[in-house]
Amino acid sequence: MAGSSPAMTDLESSRRSIRRLAISIGKRLAMAMTVDLPALERTESVESPAPAGRLRRYARPALGLLLPVGLALIWEFIVWRGWSNGRLLPPPTRVFATIVELGRSGELTRHIAATLSRMAAGFGLGVIAGTLLGAISGYWALARRLLDPTVQALRAIPSLAWVPLFILWLGIFETSKVALIAVGVFFPVYLGVMGAILSVDRKIVEVGRIFRLSGPAMIRRILLPAVLPAYVVALRVGLGLGWMFVVAAELMGASEGLGYLLLDGQQLGKPAHILAAIVIFAILGKATDWLIEIASAPFLRWQDAFRQIGAT
Amino acid sequence: MLILDRIGKIYPNGVNALERFSAEIRLGEIVAVIGGSGCGKSTLLRAIAGLDRATSGSVTLDDVTISAPHAEIGVIFQEPRLLPWLSVADNIGFGLSDLPAEVRREKVARALARVGLTDKADAWPRELSGGQAQRVAIARALVPQPEVLLLDEPFSALDAFTRRDLQDHLLDLWADTRPTLVLVTHDVDEAVVLADRVLVMRPRPGRLFAEITINLARPRDRNSPLFANFKRRVLTALDRSLDRSEPDRDAKSTTGEAMWW
Repeated sequence: MAGSSPAMTDLESSRRSIRRLAISIGKRLAMAMTVDLPALERTESVESPAPAGRLRRYARPALGLLLPVGLALIWEFIVWRGWSNGRLLPPPTRVFATIVELGRSGELTRHIAATLSRMAAGFGLGVIAGTLLGAISGYWALARRLLDPTVQALRAIPSLAWVPLFILWLGIFETSKVALIAVGVFFPVYLGVMGAILSVDRKIVEVGRIFRLSGPAMIRRILLPAVLPAYVVALRVGLGLGWMFVVAAELMGASEGLGYLLLDGQQLGKPAHILAAIVIFAILGKATDWLIEIASAPFLRWQDAFRQIGAT
Repeated sequence: MLILDRIGKIYPNGVNALERFSAEIRLGEIVAVIGGSGCGKSTLLRAIAGLDRATSGSVTLDDVTISAPHAEIGVIFQEPRLLPWLSVADNIGFGLSDLPAEVRREKVARALARVGLTDKADAWPRELSGGQAQRVAIARALVPQPEVLLLDEPFSALDAFTRRDLQDHLLDLWADTRPTLVLVTHDVDEAVVLADRVLVMRPRPGRLFAEITINLARPRDRNSPLFANFKRRVLTALDRSLDRSEPDRDAKSTTGEAMWW
């Protein structure tokens, strides 16, 4: 009895350590599945021979172009053959011609400039407010208890419901539009920043404590880098909403801007104008999103997931 | 000298994790703390590190009371806890930010060479294997040359082969500057390989149960009969630590305790 019990403890302890190992492997796997997967894909594409890698690098985005370009060509062909007059849905060439014509008259530049400046002001304000309040409620539990319920309640209001009030308060011109865009951008940025700060790994913060980082050093060396990936995502979501609200604001009554171009096209029965504005919205949206991605890329090189998005 | 004086910890939820734990640990000594799960060994280590405050008792290092992380106390956790946004070299140099860049670079380069990861200096932590990452964590903790190094089950997440390799490697690194090592583990083999002294704890509430001095010369042969003998002694003590009827090593009958039993 006395001889067998140590052996049993040994067995038990080794069983326990095996279970621990299994748990830790499980954790790693879960981590790999959520985060590492793009990395695996990436190394695979890097290690493949150069010609195949190049082919893949160009072929993959080309694959995405196949569907829209194909559909455009089919529509172009249908209109060209006269099977449809293309009055309500103008073929790509006519949309392109409209863009060129608008561009030549200088009208397009005016509209784009108006939209972009509204967007810049609204996005800037929304980001600043969202970042500040998000950081405050993420960092101080007291502020979160005080602030967050109100913000969440405001978030539940469809942002367009603010329009009449903003127009009453701020007038029909630029200020109300900028305010609406800022409101749209604010919420995703606020939520993103707060969530990111709340989900910073306590274990990593502990490393900072072990090395006795002061408050500001802790923020600069641990919190900021840890929060950055989620912040970039929040900015991109905010940007998307910002574009949504700039259209809403401009549809509400504007004398210039791409949204005005949309409305103008509808009222004058010029679908080519509408499509031209839509195409330009798509280009601007994608371009600004890309700018954020490019600007943040150097800081996120450690995160393979972002490199993967950048490569495709 | 690291002095643990009647350390106790009661968590806010009322769990009595650690009770009257006392030990004196000499400079350069390697002490392993072993015990079943829930015996408060991690709680003890966190109290020594100054990460969590003990509810009673005190930790003193060379006459300085430890209540917050201290420059002379390094910690290695069960996970490497590398900062994913810093390269391997920057991770190792993380605790050296007060030094001029050149000194720092030189120290980091030496530490990298010492743990055999010079070729990984510019790699990101996520590109390392588990064993490599833990070696970086060891280097990061050792490079500021702390007087005391605390290790919280540092190799338990690694496979058996890597674990042995790192145990030997740790001893090798320890020989450089001979810091005090306090190692929490649940692995009897690990405790007997590394430690000068094994402290066996008993759970609920966590207490010191037995103390076994391992006076085997290093390097220790894991297959020698003497080694097996020490292992058996530790195992027996562990076994007995789970037996409620055994008295504590330094049981004192206080009024409160009399009510308990």
